[in-house]
Amino acid sequence: MTATTVRSPSGATAVPHAPARFRQLLTAEWIKLWSLRSTYWVLGAGALTVIGINVNSAWSNADRLARLPAEPPAPPPGTPEKPVLTFDAMHTAFLDPAWQIFMVVACSVGAIAVFGEYTSGLIRTTLTAVPDRRAVVLAKAAVVTGVMTALGAAVACTALLCTQYLLRDHGGVSLADPDALRAVAGSALLAPLCALVGMAIGAVVRHAAGAVVGSILTLLLLPVLFQGETYRWVAEIGNAMPLSAWETLSGNHWGAGRYPVTVTEAWLVYAAWAAGALLVAVEAVRRRDA
Amino acid sequence: MCPPARCRTGPARATVVHVIEVSELTKRYGDTTAVRALTFTVRPGRVTGFLGPNGAGKTTTLRLLLGLDTPTGGTATVDGQAFAGRPRGLRRVGALLDAQDVHGGRSARAHLAALAASNGIPRRRVAEVLAEVGLADVAGRRIGGYSLGMKQRLGIAAALLGDPPVLVFDEPLNGLDPEGVQWLRALLRRLAAEGRTVFVSSHQMSEMELCAQDLVVIGRGELIAAESLGAFAARGTRRGVRVAARDPERLAAALRAEGAGVVAGEQGLTVTGADPARIGELALREAVVLTELTPLGSSLEQAFMELTADSVDYLAGEPR
Repeated sequence: MTATTVRSPSGATAVPHAPARFRQLLTAEWIKLWSLRSTYWVLGAGALTVIGINVNSAWSNADRLARLPAEPPAPPPGTPEKPVLTFDAMHTAFLDPAWQIFMVVACSVGAIAVFGEYTSGLIRTTLTAVPDRRAVVLAKAAVVTGVMTALGAAVACTALLCTQYLLRDHGGVSLADPDALRAVAGSALLAPLCALVGMAIGAVVRHAAGAVVGSILTLLLLPVLFQGETYRWVAEIGNAMPLSAWETLSGNHWGAGRYPVTVTEAWLVYAAWAAGALLVAVEAVRRRDA
Repeated sequence: MCPPARCRTGPARATVVHVIEVSELTKRYGDTTAVRALTFTVRPGRVTGFLGPNGAGKTTTLRLLLGLDTPTGGTATVDGQAFAGRPRGLRRVGALLDAQDVHGGRSARAHLAALAASNGIPRRRVAEVLAEVGLADVAGRRIGGYSLGMKQRLGIAAALLGDPPVLVFDEPLNGLDPEGVQWLRALLRRLAAEGRTVFVSSHQMSEMELCAQDLVVIGRGELIAAESLGAFAARGTRRGVRVAARDPERLAAALRAEGAGVVAGEQGLTVTGADPARIGELALREAVVLTELTPLGSSLEQAFMELTADSVDYLAGEPR
């Protein structure tokens, strides 16, 4: 290291030399995230929406179930036996529309964290202060995924506990239930996963509207395109989407289907998307002119 | 005015030379060449002005120097090392490229706190640089509400955070009020007097005239001059004097006989190759009454205009 030969300006605090540490970048990204008012709004509104939709569903289901007669009326003689009404209480905590909204919110948080730097021009200030681009992106990813994991866990637990309390007389499950625990874990981790996908899209698109549209296309519309089961490869692509993986983990079965996703496959899909998204985000920032 | 600690001047005890070295630097964007084989050196202890008409490639050069863009060819180094290869930058080079390169939703304090944290700079430096640039009172307000001049000051505060030996400013005077311009000129001179390397771009010669000691002049991405202010000024050959007289023909003949160049116009004579004192003497000898004797422009401005005349990309009123 070279010695600094200049005098400190204004005779103020001498700025001591400090070795480069990853922790410094984590602190910087933490300050950046929480010094924007939009962070509070997006995270707060997103969490309340998901919890609200699920709790409302549980509440109305509980209400309807309470009004059902204890024994269904006997069918008139001669009619074929109807299937018994089955009610999956746990499902009310993991409603598809609610969690799809959460996916978009999480993805947007990740995308904003990256494209916000590019659209404002802040990225040039950031990279002049920290020329090590890989470290900058990794630190940002660490902070965003950390916060989103905490939020995802809080939302999933709250949604489960509230809905199952409301449905306590109609087969409500507890967090100790293995299926419930897996559903909570899968839903909690959906948030950081989508945030990473958002970061990758934000780093490639670098444009606000483009990144948000890209996020919705990737997370929600792409799986719809590959829903068919006529060709196995189409179904397998559809199965490799985060949404399909989450549906398996949260126990949202829409009939077994010809090519179901196993729980192990679902976790692998999560891991692959997270790793891929991180790689894309790092390389996009590293390779292109800022 | 300023506390004594700020005004100390004198030679810095230089054991390490914080030099900016640009060598054969080239950057092409598709078919356009923004910067072509640029080579120059910026030395410590002096303010070096980086001049060129709009679109000459000044900002591109600074972006290449700071590792924001990758050069097509050549190198740009600080202390012999490419800036992009360093893990942290603020203690090495303080830079203000564009005052708008901030997020409008944050406060100045949060913006600087994040920058300081990323380089392991103590938090108290934030308050110090904010006070130094005069933003202490508005530090808690969102940057989005700042004027351009306030954003320039914030950018300068960010550049000073790491107390760096090298400072790079791109058009820092833009948007500053007259008081701000005075303040910044004094700051640049002080930073150089402290032994730092100060590299300041501008498209106006007159701005640099008052604070730069060295100049790097480029036009259309190519180097025109890299020398001291005095040497550059000496290049201005057509420095003129406007003369109005009662008998202009007689004076013009006498001036031509002395070897001066004379062009007659509506406003009188434009004389080159003779200074006002010499013209006055000739007028006295010839008994011609002078009604006006005005030196035209500064020689620096003149030299700048002459040398960059061929490389002005955007010239008003002249179809190209």
